[in-house]
Amino acid sequence: MSEPAARPVLEARGIVKIFGQHRALDTVDFTANAGEVHALLGENGAGKSTLIKILTGAYQPDGGELLLDGQPISLRDPLHGQGYGIGTVYQEVNLLPNRSVAENLFLGRQPTRFGLVDRKKIDAQARELLSRYGLDIDVRAELSEYSVAVQQIVAIARAVELSGKVLVLDEPTASLDRNEVQRLFEVVRGLKANGLAIIFITHFLDQVFDLADRVTILRNGRKVASQALDTLNTTDVVRMMLGKDVAFEHHPTALAGATRGQVRVAFKGLNRKGLLPFDLTVHEGEVVGVAGLLGSGRTEVARLMFGVDGSDGGQILVDGQPVTIRNPAQAVAAGFGFCPEDRKIDGIFGDLSVRENIIIALQAKLGWFKALNREDQVELAGRYAEALDIRAANHDMPVKLLSGGNQQKVILARWLAIDPTFLILDEPTRGIDVGAHAEIVRTINRLREEGLALFVISSELDEVVAYSNRVVVMRDREMVAELDGDAIAPDAIVQAIAGTPQEARS
Amino acid sequence: MTRPTVDIRPTTQPPLPPSRPLTHFFTRPQVIALAAVLLVNWILFPGFFTITWQDGRFFGSLIDVLNRGAPVAILAIGMTMVIATKGVDLSVGAVMAISGAVAAVMVSSGYPAWIAVLAALGTGLICGLWNGILVTVLEIQPIIATLVLMVAGRGLAQLVTEGYIVTFSDPVLIFIGTGSFLGFPMPVVIAAVMMIAATLIVRRTALGLLIEAVGVNRSAARFAGLSAGALLLIVYTFAGLCAAISGLIVAGDIRGADANNAGLWLELDAILAVVIGGTSLMGGRFSIPMAVLGAMIIQAMNTGILISGFSPQFNLVVKSAVIIVILVMQSPLSAQLFRRRTPPGASK
Repeated sequence: MSEPAARPVLEARGIVKIFGQHRALDTVDFTANAGEVHALLGENGAGKSTLIKILTGAYQPDGGELLLDGQPISLRDPLHGQGYGIGTVYQEVNLLPNRSVAENLFLGRQPTRFGLVDRKKIDAQARELLSRYGLDIDVRAELSEYSVAVQQIVAIARAVELSGKVLVLDEPTASLDRNEVQRLFEVVRGLKANGLAIIFITHFLDQVFDLADRVTILRNGRKVASQALDTLNTTDVVRMMLGKDVAFEHHPTALAGATRGQVRVAFKGLNRKGLLPFDLTVHEGEVVGVAGLLGSGRTEVARLMFGVDGSDGGQILVDGQPVTIRNPAQAVAAGFGFCPEDRKIDGIFGDLSVRENIIIALQAKLGWFKALNREDQVELAGRYAEALDIRAANHDMPVKLLSGGNQQKVILARWLAIDPTFLILDEPTRGIDVGAHAEIVRTINRLREEGLALFVISSELDEVVAYSNRVVVMRDREMVAELDGDAIAPDAIVQAIAGTPQEARS
Repeated sequence: MTRPTVDIRPTTQPPLPPSRPLTHFFTRPQVIALAAVLLVNWILFPGFFTITWQDGRFFGSLIDVLNRGAPVAILAIGMTMVIATKGVDLSVGAVMAISGAVAAVMVSSGYPAWIAVLAALGTGLICGLWNGILVTVLEIQPIIATLVLMVAGRGLAQLVTEGYIVTFSDPVLIFIGTGSFLGFPMPVVIAAVMMIAATLIVRRTALGLLIEAVGVNRSAARFAGLSAGALLLIVYTFAGLCAAISGLIVAGDIRGADANNAGLWLELDAILAVVIGGTSLMGGRFSIPMAVLGAMIIQAMNTGILISGFSPQFNLVVKSAVIIVILVMQSPLSAQLFRRRTPPGASK
């Protein structure tokens, strides 16, 4: 497969990995060439993370072999892999936030003098090292004082220093903004020019086309393709990942107003310290999309609506009747559902079964003494798992074993099970692969057609445009604009976020 | 070789029927451990399994194990649920002393026995509620919150008894500690009823699932609309009630209330029983019957060492050895070793 000029650094041949009855990887070949960025794509559950864990030594393959510079190697653990020159940088920075940047860079191999850590030398070396990455920062400051992007670059610098042959970037851009991504990419391009083999994993296709030279696509544990990116376009890649033609249906936005029904929920002057009062109504069969940068107050609005944070004033009406919502239990009683942004922390019950995770909100709503019996639970879980296409070996397995997309669907199923009147989704597609992503967008559209009122927060403008009847734009903890009907377009939203003159908040 | 992880996703998803054959029960480490301990007891003391019928009740070493193990078993019932919520209750031993003292002082100052019993149970409820309020309203970590009552409780008990060992001859209280029902000692009957009732209540209502949910992820429980605070209050209050019942049994058994020694260190035995029973200190999945079984394992060891004539100090060493064995058997490591022996399917 490799072109004559390319020099393979890390090669995997016929890798097989089996978990229980399940073949997570089935005779997968993968080659990382020197001086090349190789993107690894696949839906959640396609085997990406398993392959990465095998390449870095976290897992041992059940079949196949690894070759480094043509020599077969066998890795015991990631540290062993590091010794061979294979370094990894994860999405969540794996460093010590409460130690200085310099200490983080040299942890475990500090230069010493007379047996003591030579702080001056560390700081000097750290400064010198980071300057090569275009970072001029105070290396004595605690790592946590810097942005995630800087931390990410520090992590890369450390990984490259320790390893230096292969660099695995596992979704490094997930929590970065556009400028930070570009900055990171410049660093990566520099490393590429130095002859490093870079393996890049992400959910953002545009970033793949921006940065990568080659792409390997996995689906259901098998390699679908491995080829140079200049021969491909986005549609090809998506088709290979999904095995079916699922692109976003950028449906016309003319649906605004036409299909929506009565006012379902109305928030009047709801406010809280640090969040300006807002008025908002959501109708039956309507999706109100929320756009805004991180920190604009999007999530705070959702938390206030659902009673996660108490309000300092204002009124909430459901079907015209005032309701009191001071905690999530009251919100659930009022028929609200909330898929929080952070699935792991606020969403799933990892050790509980898929079935229990689906029925838990309904059970909480029913109270302690109206227990759903097993048949009801199995029926409910089965129905919503089918409706949302939740893929699990069985519904008695712990939900933590599912992929991110399926976990998100489980939380969605949990709320659909209470037959909600109003559903709040905070970044429902974050950290989810393209396939599940498209499915969730479709589900949102379907729920709207079924008459549900939805409030959906998303950072992806295309997505917001695809399902919203109305779009509320937030800036500086205030709802600054509301776009309706034909006015909904990515450009208009960007202008509103940026603060270029627009119609005022109604 | 490695644990199954995120990537398990076969295409078909038939909901598996719950298959829990009886062999599953008998291969549990706890059951094997209990059988082993009983076997050792039998080797040390051949008459161990002999049960005789005398004066309308059963007698024998086995009955003795059940009888002596009952107070810790009852504590363990309440402790299981506390631990399932990711908490712990260190105060149960002290609460035993308080409730025993209340009952003893009341009967010896002339109150009818039923009022004394109710007062003792009420004391347990209040103590439990106090712990619950510290944990939920003031959001103090359970280990610290209940440490308060663990330390202060013995003082309270001494205040109640005014520093004396209050003895009594009330037949009802003595019956609770030493009487029999259908041939079985009252403590055994009470523990069995408590175990069955508590299991039915948590499993037939949604309480069990909701408690597990709070223990697994308290934040997610809040987002799912669970009232975690109310659940925690109930759980700690129930642990207090269990402690009060144990306290009554111990007081009735010795016909007096000893504020200093009643229930001393039993909270640790109860925690141990719960852990041996397989409920993780990290909260989540719990089993009340297995915790009771854990209490019986502990008592079977105590009894075995007693009847074998070893000095009681030896008890602690043996106990810790057995505990280590059980915990190792439950650890992920041994689960892995066990799994490794089964062939991992078709491999290349």
